[in-house]
Amino acid sequence: MTGTIFAALLGHWRRNPLQLITLLAGLALGTALWSGVQAINAEARASYDAAAATLGEGNYAQITARDGGVIAQDTYVALRRAGWIVSPVIEGGLGSVRVVGIDPLTAPGGVGPIGTTEGADLGAFLAGTGQIFGRAETLAALPDTGAQEVLAPDVAPNTAIMDIGVAQRLLGRAGQIDRLLVATAQPLTQAALADVAPGLAMAAPQGGSDVARLTDSFHLNLTAFGLLSFAVGLFIVHGAIGLAFEQRRPMVRTLRALGAPLGRLIGLMAVELAVLAFVAGTIGVALGYVVAAALLPDVAATLRGLYGADVSGQLALRPAWWLSGLAIAMGGTAVAASGALWSLARMPLLASAQPRAWAMARQGAGQVVLAAGLLAVAGGLAIWGHGLLAGFGMLGALLIGGALALPPLLAVVLRIGQAQARGPVAQWFWADTRQQVPGLSLALMALLLAMAANVGVSTMVSSFRLTFTGFLDQRLASELYVRAADTAQAEEVVALAGPVVDAVLPILSVDRKIAGFPAEIYGARDHATYRDNWLFLRSVPGVWDALARGEGVLVNEQLFRRAGLDLGTAVTLAPGVALPVVGIYGDYGNPVGQVIVTEAVFRAQFPDVVALRFGLRMAAGKVDAVRTVLRDQAGVAEAAMVDQAAIKAVSLAVFERTFTVTTALNILTLAVAGFAILMSLLTLAAMRLPQLAPVWALGLTRGRLAGLDMVRAVVLATLTGAVALPLGLALAWALLAVVNVEAFGWRLPMYLFPLDYLRLGALALLAAVLAALWPAWQLSRTPPAQLLGVFRHER
Amino acid sequence: MNVRVLILLLWLPLQAAAQGFAGLGTDGAGFAQTDPDTRLQFPADHGAHPDFRIEWWYLTANLTGPDGTPYGLQWTLFRSALAPRDGQGWETPQLWMGHAAVTTPDAHFVTERLARGGIGQAGVQAAPFAAWIDEWVMQGADFDALRLRAAGPDFAYDVGLTAVGPLVLHGQQGYSVKSAAGQASHYYSQPFYQVAGTLTLPTGDVAVTGTAWLDREWSSQPLAADQTGWDWFSLSFDSGDKLMGFVLRGDTNYTAATWIAADGAATALPDGAFTATPLADHRVAGRTVPVEWQVTLPEQGVDVTVRAINPDAWMATSVPYWEGPVTIAGSHAGVGYLEMTGYDQ
Repeated sequence: MTGTIFAALLGHWRRNPLQLITLLAGLALGTALWSGVQAINAEARASYDAAAATLGEGNYAQITARDGGVIAQDTYVALRRAGWIVSPVIEGGLGSVRVVGIDPLTAPGGVGPIGTTEGADLGAFLAGTGQIFGRAETLAALPDTGAQEVLAPDVAPNTAIMDIGVAQRLLGRAGQIDRLLVATAQPLTQAALADVAPGLAMAAPQGGSDVARLTDSFHLNLTAFGLLSFAVGLFIVHGAIGLAFEQRRPMVRTLRALGAPLGRLIGLMAVELAVLAFVAGTIGVALGYVVAAALLPDVAATLRGLYGADVSGQLALRPAWWLSGLAIAMGGTAVAASGALWSLARMPLLASAQPRAWAMARQGAGQVVLAAGLLAVAGGLAIWGHGLLAGFGMLGALLIGGALALPPLLAVVLRIGQAQARGPVAQWFWADTRQQVPGLSLALMALLLAMAANVGVSTMVSSFRLTFTGFLDQRLASELYVRAADTAQAEEVVALAGPVVDAVLPILSVDRKIAGFPAEIYGARDHATYRDNWLFLRSVPGVWDALARGEGVLVNEQLFRRAGLDLGTAVTLAPGVALPVVGIYGDYGNPVGQVIVTEAVFRAQFPDVVALRFGLRMAAGKVDAVRTVLRDQAGVAEAAMVDQAAIKAVSLAVFERTFTVTTALNILTLAVAGFAILMSLLTLAAMRLPQLAPVWALGLTRGRLAGLDMVRAVVLATLTGAVALPLGLALAWALLAVVNVEAFGWRLPMYLFPLDYLRLGALALLAAVLAALWPAWQLSRTPPAQLLGVFRHER
Repeated sequence: MNVRVLILLLWLPLQAAAQGFAGLGTDGAGFAQTDPDTRLQFPADHGAHPDFRIEWWYLTANLTGPDGTPYGLQWTLFRSALAPRDGQGWETPQLWMGHAAVTTPDAHFVTERLARGGIGQAGVQAAPFAAWIDEWVMQGADFDALRLRAAGPDFAYDVGLTAVGPLVLHGQQGYSVKSAAGQASHYYSQPFYQVAGTLTLPTGDVAVTGTAWLDREWSSQPLAADQTGWDWFSLSFDSGDKLMGFVLRGDTNYTAATWIAADGAATALPDGAFTATPLADHRVAGRTVPVEWQVTLPEQGVDVTVRAINPDAWMATSVPYWEGPVTIAGSHAGVGYLEMTGYDQ
């Protein structure tokens, strides 16, 4: 009997292939967007993990030179001989590849490829020409070094790992070390660091990769996008399943009347759905892979340019990723189908199978209450919520509440429209539109979510761009930035550039703990460059004068939020030296705190710190000439000089790529939503025939009816768009002002982009019109005999 | 001692295709080979022999606290060459490994250090004598008066060593045969150190006195391919006499021993003269290790029971082994050290 029931159930899909396609396509597209975005995120994160594991960043305290320069190898040996269990690391560039040299004998556990890679040969790594570990594309990019190249997929992208001896030779830096990793376990007896190496300073472990924290912001955007896309897909699936079940009610009734047990019937339907979900999920994961593979190079380029984070441009198929894609497709189907199965289980055996019960069931006071409740929860969380979880909870409540509120809102607007209507056709149009809303509501909700997501994410990305470029203007006020290799070169730079440029601004910094948080202290010269360009989030009157007199400090937003250092709070710079906060500035993307003091205070507190970095102010036209002088006469490496224009160009190019990614995702989600509308309209078309036939019989031509259908699609899309705009803006606000602050400690100012929204609205309208086109055309070609048939018999 | 451990050596590369324990049975082609005609020269031979593949400076001490509590102390520096040459900077093929341990009746503290030669982080110079890795040192104006220091995360020690007897050459003028096939090492000891100093333990500082035994040994292939481990004994009897003996476990066991009279006169004993028979096993670190032995040397009327002071003296280092202080009872009484390698899981 099982086989017979199953055949009967499958018969429904055979007779309604369109519904089957809707179901599969909706689920597959939703899964594709979700898993595509997840794939990009997973790939990027795996890259950071490899980077963190390779370099031990985050897990180990590190010792670096106070002046930011190199550590002499003799100092390293002196530290070891004084009881410091430290391990040397040297870093540099070889061509475009980042070279990292380590000492495997002293490296703390888990650092470097030795010991983690099967078949590693310590002898070959250390002796002779050495070995270089890296990914295939990294090894291919290396110039010929003479060393043996070893394929190691776990090494961070664009990074080549080798013995420190080999690295020093390849980089031409014999006897030099950049930093020391400090092992967790140190011996009982140990000399003080200051006694052995007064020029070095130790920084505590960071508990997470800098790069990962920076780029989390970008991933959050993508994840939000993925989640919204899946929500859109879920609405489509919900609609398709609900419809399919509704239409099969007569069949279920017949089967049960013939003796099929309810339990088995429901079980078989569940199995059927599981199979469909599996098929759709598999297609979706495959599509997601295509989406990710197409977008990943742009994302990788974005991250590399924006944060210096190296992410491989190649996609790996990670089991966790495609399994989660399948799981979410199956889970989504289960959620969407549970209600339908439940109502089927409770259906009285002999209940008449009302054909439009499904369509009408969606209305009601319950939904209004639920929507209002969810929106209230979102509002409450926005005001009183704390933590990232509350932020995401708020996002969820906002979206679902907004979506659920759409049909009642539409109903109200349409009722008003009907009241205003004059003439029978107009009145019929409004009434008929109202009557169609329940059937279209799920598709319209999908469109709403798609548009809101697009408005939200576009606003966020664009705000980020504006903020960041503004921030660059503020921070990169000097025309040229120069990093000297040592004190002698620094003096030469000052001597050579001083007479030629308008100002030489030394950049002095030390790493210290401020109020218990890792922070950098900067010494700034009192100069118009700062006064003219810097903007404050909060400041006391006459902030620059107070700073220049040494009567206060500036702190960045991160420190202000984390340590609660508001205006007037005293900041302890060194034992016995505390100055009040006079200004708080935005410092986007920086994971650590920052304190700025005036140059005189800095030099008094940290007399050992020598400025090796300088900002040079000059007319823009002079930059190239000054560069040449510094390169030829002071021997400053080309890479050690960065001009402002170049940095800005790179940053802007990066944002262009970000927009490519965002635009591509925008269009994809709108396409998914448009598809949902098309499917709903096609399904409704058959049901609406009994309502259209009398109107046609009264004299409205088929062409006129089709035209009215197109108008209806435009009206509904416009109304949905009008609701989507505030929802999207609320979404953007939640992402920028709540989630970002909770996640990263800084708030992105929100900017509005009316033209972008207009363009998005036009796109949504286009999607709706395209979706309505085919059903309307079909209507205009409906044979009169079919319309007449309505009067011949009830359906 | 003899086949003292040597571990590390080459831990990763050699373990894949290792012969004998820790690769010590691997063919030493290209390296200098031991030669029975070699006559040891001092102080030069206190220093390193970089042409040989492996070498060690191995000190064990039996100490007593003010309350009579027995302690064991170990300080070892191993040298292992990836290639038969020396060199400056990171390119040198000479690798160094240090092991330090303190054993109490109910605790065992171990720590390990690794270093590359050529950059000054570890090394040995003959005169004035200094052997070091990181801040661990064994050094003095000459070999008879040394200061010894080491520290780990949970212990430290700082003791002085004063030799009250002569150096002892094992085997044939310091040429010590390790197998019937003729594998051998150059091997001498200073078993007559008096020790005084301080142990730093989690419970506080302990002033200790006692005796120490320093072994020097180098070779390029000390073990035969079938030899998978050894049991090595350094026994100091209350009479002032001392006995070094070892069993190399292989297809057939090989034993050798040196009887050291109280005045330092050494008598090398051939294969079979020395016997060691396990009496009781102990589970430690997932292995079963014999921690009580019957040791005999009929020629000198020795028939004693050797018992570990702390059966858990497991060295959880790159290449793990058992090393700890023992007490001696039976025909002779005294204290000593026991080392056991090759007890696999």
